[in-house]
Amino acid sequence: MTTPDSNHHTSLIGSRFELRKVDNSMDDADVDRLTHEGRWGFVHSEETGSAVDGPGIRVVFWTTGCEFRCLYCHNPDTWKMKNGQLTCVDDLLDELKKYKDYLRFTGGGLTVSGGEPLVQAPFVMNLIRGAKAMGIHTALDTNGFLGDRLSDADLDDIDLFLLDIKSWDPETHLKVTAKPVEPVLNFARRIAERKRPAWIRFVLLPGYTDAPENIEGIAKFVATLGNVERVDILPFHQLGKFKWEKMEMKYELGDAATPTPQQTQDAKLIFRAHGLKCP
Amino acid sequence: MSERDNLSLDSAVAQAWRGFKPGAWQQAIDLRSFIQSNITPYEGDDSFLAGPTARTTALWNKLSDLFAQERERGVLDVSQIPSSITAHDAGYIDRDNEVIVGLQTDAPLKRAIFPNGGWRMVETSLKAYSFPVDAKIKEIFTKYRKTHNDGVFDAYTDDVRKARSSHIVTGLPDAYGRGRIIGDYRRIALYGVDRLIEAKKAEKKSIDGAHSTDEIIRDREELSEQLKALNEIKQMAAKYGFDISKPAANAKEAVQWLYFGYLAAVKEQNGAAMSLGRTSSFLDVYFERDLAEGTLNESQAQEIIDDFVIKLRIVRFLRTPEYDDLFSGDPTWVTESLGGVSEDGRSMVTKNSFRYLQTLYNVGPAPEPNLTVFWTPKLPEGFKKFCAKVSIDTSSIQYESDELMRPAWGDDTAIACCVSAMRVGKQMQLFGARVNLAKCMLYAINGGRDEITGEQIMPAFEPVKGDYLDFDDVMKKYDIAMEWLARTYVNAMNCIHYMHDKYAYERIEMALHDYNPLRTMAFGIAGLSVVADSLSAIKYSKVKVVRDETGLITDFVAEGDFPKFGNNDDKVDQYATWLAETFMNKLRKHPTYRNAMHTQSILTITSNVVYGKNTGNTPDGRRKGEPFAPGANPMHGRDKLGFAASAMSVAKLPYGECQDGISMTSSIVPSGLGATREDQIVNLARSLDGFFGITGFHANINVLNRDTLMDAMDHPEKYPQLTIRVSGYAVNFIKLTKVQQQDVISRTFHGLM
Repeated sequence: MTTPDSNHHTSLIGSRFELRKVDNSMDDADVDRLTHEGRWGFVHSEETGSAVDGPGIRVVFWTTGCEFRCLYCHNPDTWKMKNGQLTCVDDLLDELKKYKDYLRFTGGGLTVSGGEPLVQAPFVMNLIRGAKAMGIHTALDTNGFLGDRLSDADLDDIDLFLLDIKSWDPETHLKVTAKPVEPVLNFARRIAERKRPAWIRFVLLPGYTDAPENIEGIAKFVATLGNVERVDILPFHQLGKFKWEKMEMKYELGDAATPTPQQTQDAKLIFRAHGLKCP
Repeated sequence: MSERDNLSLDSAVAQAWRGFKPGAWQQAIDLRSFIQSNITPYEGDDSFLAGPTARTTALWNKLSDLFAQERERGVLDVSQIPSSITAHDAGYIDRDNEVIVGLQTDAPLKRAIFPNGGWRMVETSLKAYSFPVDAKIKEIFTKYRKTHNDGVFDAYTDDVRKARSSHIVTGLPDAYGRGRIIGDYRRIALYGVDRLIEAKKAEKKSIDGAHSTDEIIRDREELSEQLKALNEIKQMAAKYGFDISKPAANAKEAVQWLYFGYLAAVKEQNGAAMSLGRTSSFLDVYFERDLAEGTLNESQAQEIIDDFVIKLRIVRFLRTPEYDDLFSGDPTWVTESLGGVSEDGRSMVTKNSFRYLQTLYNVGPAPEPNLTVFWTPKLPEGFKKFCAKVSIDTSSIQYESDELMRPAWGDDTAIACCVSAMRVGKQMQLFGARVNLAKCMLYAINGGRDEITGEQIMPAFEPVKGDYLDFDDVMKKYDIAMEWLARTYVNAMNCIHYMHDKYAYERIEMALHDYNPLRTMAFGIAGLSVVADSLSAIKYSKVKVVRDETGLITDFVAEGDFPKFGNNDDKVDQYATWLAETFMNKLRKHPTYRNAMHTQSILTITSNVVYGKNTGNTPDGRRKGEPFAPGANPMHGRDKLGFAASAMSVAKLPYGECQDGISMTSSIVPSGLGATREDQIVNLARSLDGFFGITGFHANINVLNRDTLMDAMDHPEKYPQLTIRVSGYAVNFIKLTKVQQQDVISRTFHGLM
């Protein structure tokens, strides 16, 4: 097997906006063995000082591995877990520790995003618990599809969920993500019952997710949950296109339009009409 | 004040000081005491502010036409009367419509000449802009009157000349005014000139008993010059119809008196940086009194500040095109320091601090005055948010750490130029540009030879042998090279400042200082991140050397990756810290002129481009001629982990070894600060809390999109007021050279996808 390199640090350095693929030629048995306990995980990139991944200024770790195949994904290099850099949780926590004082002053914290972090749930929970032990606020950016991998105790240890609901209409969801919506909604209900604070994120993709009844469906559902502090509309953009091309993957949205400011505003109004905070 | 307190006061003084809380400031010249006893901190938001009056807008529009003509010609007009406090008659933009009056010459944007600094600079500038040279003036300053420039070159050693011509030392103030001296212009408003003359006379008398040594004789002569300047400033004000012998009696007078002080300084000196000080909250005391007395409303208050700021925006000096290569965009560094908290923890933010920032809306964004906010997480939230909002809208503010400066220099400190802190009226600096430590490293590798010309600049020592750089060997040689450079640099600085005091003494600025202020000698270094990354390359990868036919090492090939400065990685960041400490300690070995305290800055202004142009290939992979990063910034595009990591690498640099400041310039795209305007405002304020909450010293914040800059390069006419912060100052983007514009565009934009 490949020996995990404890001196990984320089190789982790890279922006999430760059195409990053590590050639891990490990066999799957080794991967399972290493990642099983959650001491080791695969990480795509790190960003410090992000102002768009939760409240305040955040340190964000992007993990690899995702069940979804979103048409608009701007980081398709995060889909396969083995595309990430094999990293020990202690090293990530050491890295995070450097920002402890900074994060305290900014009112921010740690956000774990992906990929889909719950593909590596044990690793992610070790990371989050480690951050919590340092007194750092934690947020999990998830599509919720693998929510069952978190125990109730896990849920209680996460300060904020950034839950992506890609569509209300099941067919659209399937078309856009290649997976059914029901597990996502179930997870939303579960964290609501547990009264865990959540922000909902919705990608507005004209011609796919922008039907008023689709947005209305999400808004109505979200409004009943009671734990949702804020809804963010993420207007679709074409900035991830180059990755699809570089990876020689078929990108279906090459000609897709980005939403006009008016379309984005209209979507916001639907959420606001349900009493939701949608800035 | 009670009637009783007033008995001993002149009635005009008593009238001027009505309502002020008494204190030590009445017995001695003590602005801090006055401010601490009298300011009213403001905790609210920006909703009280007023927009521009029609008069303000009309006046600004009138100037805007002149700006367009000036841009076209480079220099609008020149007066060849050698400038002094009283050399020119009164000048106006629009006499009937000005609230605050006074121009450097008799017309707006008409530049003066300052031949005391050096005749060559004057003549070169005149020729560059096609103005005929006045033969009589030339005769005087080449035949009868020696200049600062002449004096310096009489005293320079061969080593200094070599270091200068090989560009390892650049930008020395040996041909123009040194600047970076802040007169305490507030004194004129609070005390009136007569009281200041009285105090100066007492200072002069206090050394009558001292034996006449070189130092004492110089001090007496300087104090006499200061007294003359104080008398001249009264004459200057009289030309505008004002008697400033007595204190200002209301807000408008206070601004006018203070401005006359500043105006006298810029009529007398063409210093590289002619900074204003820390005036807003001092003046606020007058505004609060007028508002309470009902003699002023908010709109009128704002109008006074707007007009004052307009005056500060049109300060001009005649410079050569070479000077502009170093300091592009015609900067004057009319730096004003705002905000901060006092030593007892009270906020020093007042409504007038807001008014100064509001000028960036009322008369649009602009590089001058160089508005500098002393930031600490302890500032009131309303002010933090307003600053963030103004930064997002105008990219015109720089921020400096109140947390680092207050313990070092106290709470009546202001910034001169970009990042140089000094106690106002009690401290001045002997400015000294900077040396190129990246080039010095190449000299080390080549045994003291220049990596471009091959010329032996330093005394020869053994160059690197073999095909690969050895870390310990390079460090040993670097030590030899830096030792020579530090000694040569201090020598140059001593010559410069000796001659500057002798031939171009700042009479009026020093008249507004206490006798015998603390002098710092401000050295500077450039190329920090290039050196740190190069040492990292040598340490963590293998660096192969490439030699030319003469054996000169002209290129490097790094085999393998290495950690780079700007990613919050101690493996490399330690070299940046090591470099600052090491060079500072080498400087300290050499005594300074007037026993000035050695300080150091990591600041490049826009000269990062020129330094790069004059530096060969470096071991970090930077190509010959490629610009350095500005100030203490990581090299463009090598900081991969976002704003916080980049800023934290810089924040590790020790302020104790860099007490003349550590400059960092950051560009952030608006969407990177948040999806909504409210998010963006809050998040920028929180980012600043983070950076200054840890040990960050300085941040130029630009909030803009790269596309905007690219469009401005192609269509400058669409962006007459597009302002961008470079390194310690702001510029009109369209006034930068093409190369500098490209350099700004190639920098890291945080939050960019």
